[in-house]
Amino acid sequence: MRIPYYPGCTLSTKAKGFDQAARQSFAALGIELAELKTWNCCGATFPLSRDNLLDLVGPVRNLVSAAAEGDKLAVACSTCFNVLKRSNLVMRNEEDKREKVNFFIEADYAGSVQVLHLLEILRDEVGWDNLAKAVKKNLADLSVAPYYGCMFLRPPKEMGFDDHENPQILENFIRALGAQVADYPHRAECCGNYIAAFDLETTKEMSYLILASARKAGADLIVTGCPLCQFNLDRWQQDLAMKHGGFRPIPVLYDTQLLGIALGLDATTFDLDKHYVDPRPILAEKGLI
Amino acid sequence: MRIQLSAAKVHNDFIRKVEEMSGQDLLKCYQCGECSAGCPAAFAMDLLPNQVIRLLQLGEHEAVLKSKTIWLCAACQQCYTRCPKGVDLSRIMEAVRDLLMLEQGDRIVIEKLPAETLAEFPQQAFISGFRKYTA
Ligand code: SF4
Ligand code: SF4
Ligand code: SF4
Ligand code: SF4
Repeated sequence: MRIPYYPGCTLSTKAKGFDQAARQSFAALGIELAELKTWNCCGATFPLSRDNLLDLVGPVRNLVSAAAEGDKLAVACSTCFNVLKRSNLVMRNEEDKREKVNFFIEADYAGSVQVLHLLEILRDEVGWDNLAKAVKKNLADLSVAPYYGCMFLRPPKEMGFDDHENPQILENFIRALGAQVADYPHRAECCGNYIAAFDLETTKEMSYLILASARKAGADLIVTGCPLCQFNLDRWQQDLAMKHGGFRPIPVLYDTQLLGIALGLDATTFDLDKHYVDPRPILAEKGLI
Repeated sequence: MRIQLSAAKVHNDFIRKVEEMSGQDLLKCYQCGECSAGCPAAFAMDLLPNQVIRLLQLGEHEAVLKSKTIWLCAACQQCYTRCPKGVDLSRIMEAVRDLLMLEQGDRIVIEKLPAETLAEFPQQAFISGFRKYTA
């Protein structure tokens, strides 16, 4: 199966390991993630002002490219997914905006493409049972904390493919890989998002609540599907350990990195060494790399 | 704080623009506080999210414009998701930020960001941050 694929700008630069692990894992599962012939940055934030049509131009141009290549679009980054999916709904449901955006970019697009997150494709196209059968490594001794962040789930009226207060898709993914799920209350709390670049101290504390909560639940590592969540959670752990006595740093992986490792792929191209809290010692201890 | 009300103040131009840009009816909010209870950045805010909307209901937007809160809102959508009245506070925050920046200029100067920050942070942080902090 071949599905048009939107990597997004961060996965093409700072988070290449996320992208590599996604493509190789899906190939191993018989799905070719075919990068769109032309694409541009989605804008990384869905415009919240009603008169801000210009910020819809970037995401809609990507959707127009996708429509030329198929009826589905696979997305790895939860933030791109949020922006593309919400923009697609505007084009589908809001006639006046659709007309103006189409006029501006000289297109005729009405929201036909189905925007799918990679985890949805695993759930609906591959199936958890088939995924479990494809797993080559034994993860039974690994406790994994799922981290959703915000963009994947909210607002639920628009994102709506999982329960926003009690989501299960990452848990089911972790279980299908054969690992244990660390259940903790902060899995869908925001990490601070873009505020990190402008008010670091606030985001450090926001991240700390999430990290400490995952550690308390006995997690060996955290998985997430957003490069900014990954960075915010990963980057400041040394500072946090100095400030909060007793806190032990915890590695934060992309969901596709854990997928590739479980499928027995060669993880050397996944950039595991680029993370700030090195995940390799715990993965080696569990016999996974 | 002593607040004097008048019809002109409650329906002032700024408030009307916020309603127009956000598409939200400020008077739908009945001050239950659910938004503030769930807001992940509330601990760092000087005005809680429900106080922001209350002040806007009363035409006291000057107090909102002075607060840190609008700049600490991460647009995480938790308030909107949990509001029993369906008020999208993240859109209200965005409208206030945009109106303020249209008047006073951008909140950040891109050229002044530290070189280490520029080198290290993922692209996504800047793109979304620039969209939120410049108009
Ligand atoms: S969210 Fe991202 S990483 Fe994703 S394309 Fe959009 S800006 Fe870039
Ligand atoms: S970067 Fe933070 S703000 Fe984003 S989706 Fe991740 S949790 Fe939310
Ligand atoms: S949750 Fe909604 S109704 Fe309750 S205080 Fe916040 S905005 Fe108002
Ligand atoms: S969108 Fe802003 S105000 Fe609402 S919960 Fe998130 S950070 Fe708080």
